[in-house]
Amino acid sequence: MDYKDYYKTLGVERKATQDEIKRAYRKLARKYHPDVSKEADAELKFKDLGEAYEVLKDPEKRVAYDQLGSDWNSQQGFRPPPDWGAGFEFHGAPQGAGRQHDFSDFFESLFGQARGSGGPGRGFHMQGEDHHAKILVNLEDSFHGASRSISLQMPDVTPEGHVVSKKRTLKVSIPKGIRQGQQIRLSGQGAKGRGSGKAGDLYLEIEFNAHRYYRVEGADVYLELPVAPWEAALGASVKVPTPSGAIGLKIPAGSKAGKKLRLKGRGIPAKTPGDLYVVLQIVLPPADDEKSREIYRRMQEEIKFDPRATMEVA
Amino acid sequence: MSDERYSERTLTGEVLNESDLVSLADLCRSCTVETETITTLVAEGILDPTGEDIEHWRFTIGSLRRVKTVIHLQRDLGVNLAGAALALELLDRIAEMER
Repeated sequence: MDYKDYYKTLGVERKATQDEIKRAYRKLARKYHPDVSKEADAELKFKDLGEAYEVLKDPEKRVAYDQLGSDWNSQQGFRPPPDWGAGFEFHGAPQGAGRQHDFSDFFESLFGQARGSGGPGRGFHMQGEDHHAKILVNLEDSFHGASRSISLQMPDVTPEGHVVSKKRTLKVSIPKGIRQGQQIRLSGQGAKGRGSGKAGDLYLEIEFNAHRYYRVEGADVYLELPVAPWEAALGASVKVPTPSGAIGLKIPAGSKAGKKLRLKGRGIPAKTPGDLYVVLQIVLPPADDEKSREIYRRMQEEIKFDPRATMEVA
Repeated sequence: MSDERYSERTLTGEVLNESDLVSLADLCRSCTVETETITTLVAEGILDPTGEDIEHWRFTIGSLRRVKTVIHLQRDLGVNLAGAALALELLDRIAEMER
């Protein structure tokens, strides 16, 4: 078992005041709170913070912890001293009952006994809590249907009443036509029930991964399509990607930048499927050699065109 | 039972729409909170149920996660209800912008 340096976790000195500890914890908790944070390992960091604060905010636990000293290195491993806990009285279970804490073995070996005997009560039956998570899927999954593996950290209660963090990998089928904001309810995949109560449900909220080409609004899909000025001016037949495969698209002559072409029913599949909107984006050919500059010059001379004609600045 | 839960088979769930509604009792059970918690959240404007009175309140599916987020923020960060509500709104706005 490794020694945990709770002061280091909170980034405070060993002689920090209770106020400084609280301030450091709050600041880091805001940064790494799983409901707020975008940091990759927020969940884990937040758990470590909670554990460190649980000990350091409580003067009795802190004094006891301080007596362990700080010169534990990871090679020698950590073992609580034989007289550990003598003369201390740790009160009550960790604060925030209801949140199923799963602290490290290090914490458990030192303060585990002080936790409430929160095992399943006799004759007490209750349905398990529902769990909620977000699941990122690709837009293409919604067009074809897919099966996705997801990993979730979930608290689990062992038969002895200990709360442990269990990594669960679930394979979930993503039905065709799924949209952002919809949820998939997996019944019985939430927290276990107490007594003979049945397990809670797991709700997975669907979110699409950002896509290189497509933007999604409800069931409609938007594609910004780059076209050359002559394609927009003269009309053209071009190949266009769509989430269900490439198609040929006719660009009408005289199209302006920002023109929306609607492809009915080519959005997200459903009984009434969404539409695919192709938004034209006119891209200028670079004038980086003499030949193209010459052509631009000829256009300047031969085409009567004032893009600011309506701006009354003549 | 546990073998069943952790098996490798592909799970198929029920798809719920954003507009699907749940009752007050369902919401309380799902989030393991008391009725009073929900009424407070409604009073604060964090939840906006349809229905004339508490008997007929119906909440959107999205409320489930909102309730949990507010509870976590209050408990873990020591913010009050108004603060949690503000954070929730800002989180919504960020999600909207990142879309």
